Amino acid sequence: MSILVTKKTKVVIQGITGKAGWFHARQSLDYGTQVVGGVTPGKGGTFMEEGPHRLPVFDSVKEAVQKTGAEASVIFVPPPFAPDAILEAAYAGIRLIVTITEGIPINDMISVKRDLSRFPDLLLVGPNCPGVTTIGESRLGIQPGNIGKAGKVGVLSRSGTLTYEAVNQVSLEGLGATTCVGIGGDPIHGANFIDILSRFKEDSKTQGIVMIGEIGGSEEEEAAEWISKNLKDKPVVSFIAGATAPKGKRMGHAGAIISGGKGTAQGKMESLRKAGVIVVDTPAQIGAAMKKALAA
Amino acid sequence: MKIHEYQAKALLRKFSVPVAQGELLTEISQLPELYKKLGAPVVAVKAQIHAGGRGKGGGVKIVKSLEEAKTQAEKILGMTLVTPQTGPEGQVVKKVYLEAGAEIAKEMYLAILLNRESSELIFVASAEGGMEIEELAETHPEKIFQFPIDPLIGFRSFQARELASQLGLEPKTHGAFYRFCLGLIEAYIKLDASLIEINPLVLTKSSEFVALDAKMTFDDNALYRQKEVAALRDLDEEDPLEMEAAEYGMSYISLDGQIGCMVNGAGLAMATMDVIKLAGAEPANFLDVGGSASEEAVTAAFKIILKDPKVKAILVNIFGGIMKCDIIANGIINAAKATGLKLPLVVRLQGTHATEGRQLLAKSGLAVITAESIDEAAQKVVEAAKKQAA
Repeated sequence: MSILVTKKTKVVIQGITGKAGWFHARQSLDYGTQVVGGVTPGKGGTFMEEGPHRLPVFDSVKEAVQKTGAEASVIFVPPPFAPDAILEAAYAGIRLIVTITEGIPINDMISVKRDLSRFPDLLLVGPNCPGVTTIGESRLGIQPGNIGKAGKVGVLSRSGTLTYEAVNQVSLEGLGATTCVGIGGDPIHGANFIDILSRFKEDSKTQGIVMIGEIGGSEEEEAAEWISKNLKDKPVVSFIAGATAPKGKRMGHAGAIISGGKGTAQGKMESLRKAGVIVVDTPAQIGAAMKKALAA
Repeated sequence: MKIHEYQAKALLRKFSVPVAQGELLTEISQLPELYKKLGAPVVAVKAQIHAGGRGKGGGVKIVKSLEEAKTQAEKILGMTLVTPQTGPEGQVVKKVYLEAGAEIAKEMYLAILLNRESSELIFVASAEGGMEIEELAETHPEKIFQFPIDPLIGFRSFQARELASQLGLEPKTHGAFYRFCLGLIEAYIKLDASLIEINPLVLTKSSEFVALDAKMTFDDNALYRQKEVAALRDLDEEDPLEMEAAEYGMSYISLDGQIGCMVNGAGLAMATMDVIKLAGAEPANFLDVGGSASEEAVTAAFKIILKDPKVKAILVNIFGGIMKCDIIANGIINAAKATGLKLPLVVRLQGTHATEGRQLLAKSGLAVITAESIDEAAQKVVEAAKKQAA
């Protein structure tokens, strides 16, 4: 078992005719992902081909779903068109939408998120995220495929490269990872920490969880409360980035800003520690801390 | 993106949000004509800088005659205004706004901002106008009211009446209050704002609502469709290095320390700053070269870091994913040679082809210090910076 995706999950790529879309479609195919086609309005009926790879392009997600049985979608559509692409996938019956696109206006995401509440069984991951990888099985997004070994640690994070750090470390420690989810750095996004933590809780293969947060918002605090109530049997190791970030400055991610004294790293670490989470001071300690926790 | 008060007021006027008459002054010689044009018995002389807290720093004065206006405007124009938000170095005032004073019956606070937890916009309001809202939130949270603005339905009349009552407004003013709120919402949404703050919002003695101050910030992601707003950018208020980095698609923020940082990914960049601090030094900057750093980006990043004279040593922390470490290593070598780098350079490469990358650096002939973990890299760069400073 694993969460969200397996090697059987059929995946469609929205924006497949763009440079990033096609590059990552091929990377995912090489990884073993069941990418069954792509969508670019106006280019239906054509094929994307290179080397051993050949994928059909459809005009709409609806058509792609009808003809290929796609269940999940990865979106590489540019920001002005990405909100429409997300909703198109939702209305076409896709129930896992991974949005890689960076730079979607916040007001657009507010409306999209409200509209998605019509689909209670749908999970949007992102936007502005590295995607979801079930190690050794399926890769939806832009995570590097070669850094992790399959194993027993679930990884979830708001950041991209810090996620890779964590996967690399648990792999070097011989623990390996199950599924690795980047929920994204935008202030309005789909899946939150609890959405992913609750799935890791149910996953028999996942024995420990690495959760990487950062300054801004209150999701880490909410996750801490959830963990203290619901997650007793699996150790959680956490790192929060941005302890030294000055107030009022936006640190790269649109969501990473301390405003009004809220969303500080110190506050988040305190909440997590109270919930029994092992909070490490530097990301270099993630792997070792998890090894120790799982050996205990 | 931030704009000035006078710009925010001009925008709000287009959405029928009442603001006082005002005139912008960039040269003191313009004062007599503009003062006469305003023709108000009481005039506020206001420094125009992006930071808040201008009144506390002496950047806002109330005057009642042309002579007084001249004295104050001469003081303010060209002064280095230090407020709690500018930092100790302050900001030079290059524009002054003259505004007709209002006869104030009541001062309030009203803002629209994003509530991340509920993924919707909210009104934040208080009957305590003119105060620092953050201070009030700490001392008297019960005096702050919040109302959601539904993204599909909007703000309802009954909500406005309820909010108005909480602010202690009499029923006869509720209609005008609702119209004021609707104007703000329309401006916020149509202009892709990320904050509108009216502090104070005043009720005049003739029962009119007026935005006495106005602060607006905008969603950078939406500027592509907000040409009018984008044109309001004041380069005098921006950090030139931040602007230069943005041209390369990188995110740079200058800080006060001595360790220049170059990292791929925002989360890892923040973590790198944290680890430098743990190792006993301060970062000179936040710099995210992007999740998939290219050679061009690395070269541009070096040039930007080296423009900061405070930097005593540089730490490059790259986790190679799809972009392989050996390619990054070549980028670092070329950039170091092209910029004639003299400062100590610590490089930590991890991930795809990390070993090959480290070998390339070792063979380059450059005095590069390499490290395997972030902790090790931070310790080495802090040591190097101390030696350099000594």
